[in-house]
Amino acid sequence: MTLALFAAFAALLVGCSLMVILHRNPVASALFLVLAFCSLAGLYLLLHAEFVAMVQVIVYAGAIMVLFLFVIMYLNLRHDVEQGIAVAVRRGAGWILGILLLAETVAFFKGRWAEGPVSAPDLAPVAGNTQAIGQVLYTRYLFPFEITSVLLLVAMVGAVVIAKGRGPGLHPAAPAADAAADAKAAAPDHAGGEA
Amino acid sequence: MMHDIPLAWMLALSATVFVIGVVGVLVRRNALVIFMSIELMLNAGNLAFVAFSRALGSLDGQVFVFFVMTVAAAEVAVGLAIIVNVFRLKETIYVDEINLLKG
Amino acid sequence: MLALIPALPLAAVAVNLILGDRLGRRGTAFLACGAVFASFVLAALSVIHLASLPPGARTMVADVYTWMRVGDFKVDVAFLLDPLSSVMVLVVTGVGFLIHLYSVGYMAHDASFRRFFLYLNLFMFAMLTLVLAKNFLVMFVGWEGVGLCSYLLIGFWMDRPSAARAGMKAFVVNRIGDFGFLLGMLTLFAWTGSLDYERVFAAAPIVFHPGTLAITFATLALLLGATGKSAQIPLYTWLPDAMEGPTPVSALIHAATMVTAGVYMVARCHILFTMAPFSLETVAVIGAATALFAATIGVAQNDIKRVLAYSTVSQLGYMFFACGVGAFGAGIFHLMTHAFFKALLFLGAGSVIHALSGEQDMRKMGGLASRLPWTHGVMLVACVAIAGIPPFAGFFSKDEILSAAFASGHYGVWVAGLLGAVLTAFYMFRLYFLTFRGSSRLTHEAEHHLHESPAVMVAPLVVLAALSVVGGFVGLPFQEGGRRLTTLEGGAALERWLAPVFGEGGAAGASHAVPHLSFTTEWALIAVSVAAAAFGIAMASRAYAKAAGEPIAEKAPRLYGLLEHKYWIDELYDTIAVRPIRALGDVLWRFWDEKIVDGTVNGVAYVVEWASAVLRVFQTGFVGTYALFLTLGVAALIAHYLVR
Repeated sequence: MTLALFAAFAALLVGCSLMVILHRNPVASALFLVLAFCSLAGLYLLLHAEFVAMVQVIVYAGAIMVLFLFVIMYLNLRHDVEQGIAVAVRRGAGWILGILLLAETVAFFKGRWAEGPVSAPDLAPVAGNTQAIGQVLYTRYLFPFEITSVLLLVAMVGAVVIAKGRGPGLHPAAPAADAAADAKAAAPDHAGGEA
Repeated sequence: MMHDIPLAWMLALSATVFVIGVVGVLVRRNALVIFMSIELMLNAGNLAFVAFSRALGSLDGQVFVFFVMTVAAAEVAVGLAIIVNVFRLKETIYVDEINLLKG
Repeated sequence: MLALIPALPLAAVAVNLILGDRLGRRGTAFLACGAVFASFVLAALSVIHLASLPPGARTMVADVYTWMRVGDFKVDVAFLLDPLSSVMVLVVTGVGFLIHLYSVGYMAHDASFRRFFLYLNLFMFAMLTLVLAKNFLVMFVGWEGVGLCSYLLIGFWMDRPSAARAGMKAFVVNRIGDFGFLLGMLTLFAWTGSLDYERVFAAAPIVFHPGTLAITFATLALLLGATGKSAQIPLYTWLPDAMEGPTPVSALIHAATMVTAGVYMVARCHILFTMAPFSLETVAVIGAATALFAATIGVAQNDIKRVLAYSTVSQLGYMFFACGVGAFGAGIFHLMTHAFFKALLFLGAGSVIHALSGEQDMRKMGGLASRLPWTHGVMLVACVAIAGIPPFAGFFSKDEILSAAFASGHYGVWVAGLLGAVLTAFYMFRLYFLTFRGSSRLTHEAEHHLHESPAVMVAPLVVLAALSVVGGFVGLPFQEGGRRLTTLEGGAALERWLAPVFGEGGAAGASHAVPHLSFTTEWALIAVSVAAAAFGIAMASRAYAKAAGEPIAEKAPRLYGLLEHKYWIDELYDTIAVRPIRALGDVLWRFWDEKIVDGTVNGVAYVVEWASAVLRVFQTGFVGTYALFLTLGVAALIAHYLVR
């Protein structure tokens, strides 16, 4: 049963990932990415990481991907044009390198990887996984956790400053203000979602 | 649940997704798609974290996944702002038409 | 407090540099003179404090900081005031201050007024470091510092090619001497393991056997250093050329202070020299030879400053042979009196040159006595003092040296010294008569501008003249048998003052004490030396008092030519040393420097250029390309781990 679920999710994940990088339309790529994230959440569930699975769906598949789609729509992108010799050469080189890396991974798993313990005893037998994570997060990892708030603040300010551009000049100011508002709106969302 | 998935399988899956992300970065010229590929790589890493967390019986891996997600959120906010800015400047988001890094 | 003495002139240099031209001429002069005067006051206070201590404990030490520490070896920046350095520090700051004051008037119209006082103060700093040093390394710093300042000041008017060349010559010749000093210093370090005076001198009798090769080598190397700085044979040639510098510089550096550094150093190391009889003999012979040799050259020079320069070389020779016969105290005594009257002579000569708008040739002077009354008066005092007529300063010190030479049995040296004394009196009064007496041989233009110097120049002259008169009384030469002219008991004042450093009798150690002379012998020697001086003066008076020409040249033209060309020594050095070295330098420049050194440098640059041309291909500016290379690298790394 577990094995079947794993096989299904894994196949979905790999398939969607491939579609992300293969599809010419960025909107389709983004949607495939959402699907890939959802299947990842499924895998997390199989690994008894319920909290991470939920956050994965809410933050990644929800907030972050919405931001992606928003930008894609905003920039009004069509199908990508992928032609010309230079592009083809780079594509070829990229694929060859990818296959090489994959082959190396396979070699690694076949030759160098000793089969370790399948799993440890159940982590949180009584309370839920979420409660256990909360306990760790607010005790041992309290300081890094607080630091992330600073990180998000910096990212928020940075996004505003960058998207605002260098004042009026090359282009109308209105889109810049929009983009800044987007970024601003997005960042606190994540922070809220995660905390 | 009857039994767990072997750790090696999870790691192999993670590696595969990671390589797909790498290939995406290499072959695509659309900055947004490259960004998505980077997200793929991050998630491959997350998967490995959770798999190890399970195998070692420790919650630290899952806490790390949480932090990675925070960083990813910040990165996306800043990165997309940059892409928007570059697009306004250059009218393109194809990375092979942007060589601002050449000193 | 001790460290402040050299620090004040240095601080003046710093202030001068920082404030620059905003200071104005008046401010610059005030700053420079004030700093040196403050140093003098501090030095005087220190010496008074020193005198209040019991004779055996008369040393003051100031440790500033530890300069370096390597294993057991430790060098401090530390200063030492003992009776020997106290004499030096008083002479340096006192005469130095007077000359600073004089320079204010002398350099008043020079465009580089500020730079001049900058160098002069820097020199004071270096010289005070030299004399106050507590170990050889700090002394070496001062030693090199004064050499540098000497170079800068000789070439002060660097737009004159002759001045620039003279500065270079002084620098290069001094380097030869410094090489010797360094060699001696390192030898001492190798044997005693320290550079501190106290420890070296304490260890020397233990690690060296008197007269062995090691101590002889060390002292001879130090002597080479001393001959370089103090212009002795064979390294004296730079000093006469150094007269290209401004006259106050000649007075301060090339007469009163810096050139005596060699004598000071030999006196400082008297313990080492007395352990190496051969070196001591060499010092005596070199000193006597230089004293006589330079005096003969001085007879035939026509440039007023060159006469004084050869006179300086000659007088320094006296100091050396005083040290060589073991009478270190007498050497220091002569150093002090010489500082007074030779500074006076140079400053007086400067006053004459100033009055004549730069004329230095004595053949174009004459009859200035009534026109420059003050200058004439002080110059007469100085000439009498250097000639050795009692009771002027030069008489006491020179007589003490000669009687020490006689008493220690160096009769050959004594005869040379006596002949030198005759010649000294002769050429000094030749200078005097040619300059101030006889008929005027001035050009019309010089006559027109003739004027006595301003008060700021005359005042130091008068002070120095007074010192030249009374300066000798601190070292009355009478021993136990003699009549004491002062109220001080137990021998001459200076000798008693220096006794803690040199031991009794002005010589180092009981074994090398100069034997005391009987009462009659001493008076006979005094009579002989006074007679020698009087004879020299009389000869000069007969030859030059009225004559317009050059009597020696008429009577013995070949001898005169030889003397006038300074025995062709410069030409000899040029042939045997300068030209071969230049030829070698030429080869090194054209082959080693241009081909090998430059070739290496250019080669490196070429390789880098080529490599970057290759690497430039990879810098496309496209993120994708970079990512591709990055991934390639990662793949290669993984492959490496897989294969291993």
